[in-house]
Amino acid sequence: MTRLVPDTLVMAERNLVRLPRAPDLLLGFTVQPIMFVLLFVYVFGGAIETPGYDDYVDFLIPGILAQNIAFGGFVTALGLAEDMTKGLIDRFRSLPTARASVLAGRTVADVVTNTLSIVVLLVTGLIIGFGFDAGPLEVLAGVGLLLLFGFAFSWIFALIGLSVSSPEAANGIGFTLIFPITFISSAFVPVESMPAGLQEVAAANPVSTVVDGLRSLWLGTPAGDDIWLSVVWCVVLVAVFAPLAVAKYRKTAAR
Amino acid sequence: MHVHESDSSPAISVTGLVKSYGSVRALAGIDLEAAPGTVLAVLGPNGAGKTTAVRVLTTLLRPDAGSARVAGLDVVENAARLRAKIGLAGQYAAVDDNLTGVENLVMVGRLYGLRRSAARRRAGELLERFDLSESSDRVAKSYSGGMRRRLDLAAALVARPPVLFLDEPTTGLDPRSRLHLWATIEGLVADGTTVLLTTQYLDEADRLAHRIAVIDRGEVIAEGTADELKDRVGGERVEVTLTHPAASHAAVSALADMTDEPPQTEGELIRVAVQARSGAIMDAARRLDRAGVGVEDIAVRRPTLDDVFLSLTGHAAEIDDEVEVAA
Repeated sequence: MTRLVPDTLVMAERNLVRLPRAPDLLLGFTVQPIMFVLLFVYVFGGAIETPGYDDYVDFLIPGILAQNIAFGGFVTALGLAEDMTKGLIDRFRSLPTARASVLAGRTVADVVTNTLSIVVLLVTGLIIGFGFDAGPLEVLAGVGLLLLFGFAFSWIFALIGLSVSSPEAANGIGFTLIFPITFISSAFVPVESMPAGLQEVAAANPVSTVVDGLRSLWLGTPAGDDIWLSVVWCVVLVAVFAPLAVAKYRKTAAR
Repeated sequence: MHVHESDSSPAISVTGLVKSYGSVRALAGIDLEAAPGTVLAVLGPNGAGKTTAVRVLTTLLRPDAGSARVAGLDVVENAARLRAKIGLAGQYAAVDDNLTGVENLVMVGRLYGLRRSAARRRAGELLERFDLSESSDRVAKSYSGGMRRRLDLAAALVARPPVLFLDEPTTGLDPRSRLHLWATIEGLVADGTTVLLTTQYLDEADRLAHRIAVIDRGEVIAEGTADELKDRVGGERVEVTLTHPAASHAAVSALADMTDEPPQTEGELIRVAVQARSGAIMDAARRLDRAGVGVEDIAVRRPTLDDVFLSLTGHAAEIDDEVEVAA
């Protein structure tokens, strides 16, 4: 267990060093989110009513950030699936390393790439008219909340990556599972605009909790329980999915 | 006996190992043993259970029954300690394509617990030894198949493991890279490393192994040195190819008193077991000439491990079990 931290750092370093060498993945953190922000603001923005907000861009930026960060863990799913098909997981498991380090190295590296995504999206947002109604501490707290949220989702993606037979399957399953979770939420439209039934689902969705917590931190909207509930949600997700992923790693890789 | 236990006990010792996947018995109770500093080849066709055996011995897979000790450590009970003493290089060169040669080896070194500087030093030594120094700063995906395999083997050697597992190390390599890798393996063994290698290539086992375990359908069907296995199918023989199969009767009677065993015929091919290699071809040629039998070709053939495999299993080594199942 004493090896966990150094081994995790070695694995995280490996995942980050190789990233710029797979430019298609890097595009996913940078150009793609910008494209989505622009599409939502300028294509859908005019048609979506967001009472209580100055502008759709104010409503959207916290939502689209949370959505992007939820998907940040995709790198973990794809990377683990690829490592399995290429036999690298066998090599790692034959080494005297801490068992969780291969997965933790992935999820920790995701925190770094998620930070990059957050910066890119915030700069884009500020350019097209997003404005904070908060002090620097609240802004930083919001970034922290997003990173914690991304870390939690990385463990979900780790489990997905270990449960599938190929990177392509990881892509398909990850998208099909996570996409609706991020959309049936308060990320892009007010929950009240959804049909009854879906409203309840959206309200119970942790993505909504995180997005609303972020809005209250950055825009000064009434917080209610959203901020501390967001943190609880993230901790619960990690507490559930990290052990599941590690257990799966021990077994799946032992085919 | 107990004082120098590690010196006298086998480096690899496997008893009654069983592993099933659902209803498929990948290992049906195999026994293996390798003395320190020797090469044990596990020879068998695809699907025979070779890779499963390697995966159990390298702690990747838990056996259902039986026991296995490597470097004096039980693969289940002492798995964590054992991992520091083994190296594994596989059929699919397990290197990270997006890391350079040196980055791959430094990563593995640090995962073995070396400091960064020590890992870097060791990586440099290995790249030099495996003739990869010039490409050490190129990403592995730009490497040729032979280079990747060498890098994979180098990664397995980072911690100077006393026991090395090579799962089909030369499958898919061109002949030159194969010879290169064989020489490397021989060098490691000369330095005292114990090697278990799996292969479907009989010439590979013949060249490298001190002992060979032939496995088929999860069972060891023969075990011994290459020579012992070859003796099982008899000694040397003269093979005569006739111009016309019709002359085979005349040929057989001309060759009959060269040997105690009756010559075997198969169409235009006649095999005669002989005691001595020297003079056998001349003798046979003279006899056939005197009998007026037309000859296409005469050769002395030593039984190969192909013959061994065929006579032991009833099917040729190349036959793929998956093909058999599908047929």
